[in-house]
Amino acid sequence: MCAKPIKDDTKTKVGTTGHSWDGIEELNNPLPRWWLWTFYLCILFAIGYTIAYPAWPLISGATPGVLGASTRADVEKDIQRFDEMNAPIKSKLAAADLTAIEGDEALRAYALEAGKSLFATNCAQCHGSGAAGVQGLGYPNLLDNDWLYGGAIDAIHATVTHGVRNTVDPDARNVGIYMPAWSDKAVGALADMATAKLTGEQIGEVVHYVLKISGQAADEAKATAGAAIYTDNCVACHGEDGTGNRDLGAPNLTDAIWLFGGDETTLTATLMDGRGGVMPSWGYATEGSPARLSEADIRAVAVYVHSLGGGE
Amino acid sequence: MALLDKHKTIEKNASILLVLSLLVVLVGGLVQIVPLFYLQNTIENVQGMRPYTPLELAGRNIYIREGCYVCHSQMVRPMRDEVERYGHYSLAAESMYDHPFQWGSKRTGPDLARVGGKYSNTWHVDHLSNPEAIVPESVMPKYAYLATSELSPDYIDDVMATHRMVGVPYTDDQIANAKADFVAQTLPDGDTSGLLGRYGAKVTVADFDGKPRVSEMDALVAYLQVLGTMVDFSTFTPDASR
Repeated sequence: MCAKPIKDDTKTKVGTTGHSWDGIEELNNPLPRWWLWTFYLCILFAIGYTIAYPAWPLISGATPGVLGASTRADVEKDIQRFDEMNAPIKSKLAAADLTAIEGDEALRAYALEAGKSLFATNCAQCHGSGAAGVQGLGYPNLLDNDWLYGGAIDAIHATVTHGVRNTVDPDARNVGIYMPAWSDKAVGALADMATAKLTGEQIGEVVHYVLKISGQAADEAKATAGAAIYTDNCVACHGEDGTGNRDLGAPNLTDAIWLFGGDETTLTATLMDGRGGVMPSWGYATEGSPARLSEADIRAVAVYVHSLGGGE
Repeated sequence: MALLDKHKTIEKNASILLVLSLLVVLVGGLVQIVPLFYLQNTIENVQGMRPYTPLELAGRNIYIREGCYVCHSQMVRPMRDEVERYGHYSLAAESMYDHPFQWGSKRTGPDLARVGGKYSNTWHVDHLSNPEAIVPESVMPKYAYLATSELSPDYIDDVMATHRMVGVPYTDDQIANAKADFVAQTLPDGDTSGLLGRYGAKVTVADFDGKPRVSEMDALVAYLQVLGTMVDFSTFTPDASR
C-alpha cells in the first residue's frame, strides 16, 4: 500500500491505530472518502434491489419484489408485441388466395423476408442454407426445376404443410409408398413392397436400362434385357418413358438430376435396398402439440421456395 | 474500543480466523442454495415428464461421454429470439430427471433442448456420421463409429438403480425389465406393449439407425429424439412470479 517508505512517523502527520507489533506501529490511513461512500451506496443499492426485485426465499416461494419483474412475463409480452405488429399482414397472408400472393407487392415482400428466415431456421438443416439440398443423400435441391411432387405454389404449400412419409400426419405425401427393395436377398418392409424379386443379374440389367434412358454410357445388350424388366416392374410409378410420376413422388429417370445418385453403383444400391425419404409435417397439429409453423408461416416458406428459381 | 479488542484475538490467531471465515462462507452458501431444495416453486408443476427409457438413458450417457454438452446447450432462455428459433423456453421441470443436468454453457452448435422430433431419424444418423455432408458450414466432428459400436444393455439396470438413488422415480418394474425395454425400443415390429405401458404411449419406437442390433447410434438418436418433447405445454401456465 505504501509506495514511499516512511522513515519517520512524526513527519507523516497521520496518527496510528494504536496497534503495535514488535514495536512496529500501524498508521491510520483511512479509505478515501469517495471510496467509502461508494461502498456505503453499494450496500444501500443492494438493500433496495432485494426490495425491488425477486430475492428473499420464504417458505413456499421467493419474495416477488415490488416492481413485479419476471423474465417469463417479459418474454411473453415481447412475443405478443411482435405478434400484434405482424398480425394484420399474417392474417392477410393466411387468407389470401395462394396463387395471388406473388401478385400482391406487400404480401410478396413480407412472405419472401419471413420465408427466408423461416427457411434458415427450419429447412436449411436438410435442404442446405442455399436450398441446394444434399446430393447423394436424398435431400432434394429446391433451386432447380425438377420437382418430385410439383413446383407450383399450391403443390409446394401442400408438401410443406403435410411433409413426406412422416409417421404423424395422415395427409403426408406418399404414406406407405416407397421405392421397394427389389433384391431377392432383401428382407423387411421395403422388400415386402416389391412386386417381384429380382436377381443381382436382373438388377444389373435394369440399371443399364436406366443409364441408357438417362443418356449415360450403357451396355446395349444389358439395357435391352433391362427394358423388359423395367416394363414389368417399374412403369407403374416411373412411367413408360421413365419421366416419373408426381402423384407418387416417383423421380424422373431420364434427366441428369438424381436424388441419391445416377451412377451404376448408386443405382444398383437403390434398386437392391429401396429408398424412402422423410420430411416432417410442418402444419399438423394435435391436442397438446401445436403445429410447428402457422398457416401464414407455411405460406411464407412456400412463396420463398417458389421464388428460388424452379417455381412453376 | 472493547469490540475491536475482542477482534484482535481473531486477527492474532490464524486458525481461529480460518475457522470463522469458513463459517461465514458456509452460512452465505447455505442461505443461497438450501432454499432451492424446498421452495415449492423451484420446479414447475407440469404434465408429461417421465424418467428416460433405458435406451434413452444409455444415449444420454453417450451424449455425456462424447462431450456434446461442450458445444451444445440444452437451455432455451426466455428471450424472444430464442423462443422463436427453438420453441418454448426450458423449464426447470424438464431437467428434474437429469443427473447431472445438460444445460451446458456455450453454443458452438445450436441449442438441443427441443431438438426432439425436429428431424427424421435418418437425418440424425446421416448428420452424426458426417455433419459436413449435410451442413457444409458445420464444424462438428464426425461420429460415424457410433453406428458400428454395438451397445449392450448389460449394465443399464445398474445405471437406472443409480439414478433412482439420486431421486429419479424408476419403479422396480422398470428396473427389472430394463434390458428387455432397452432392446424393444429399437424393434418397431416387435411387442412394445411392455415398454409403452411402463413409459407411456408417447415413447418413440424405431430402428433408429436402420441396422439390426442396438448400436450406440440407436441410443444417441433415441435420446436426441425425446429432448424437449415430454412436457404437455397445453396444460402449462407460467407462474408470473418467476
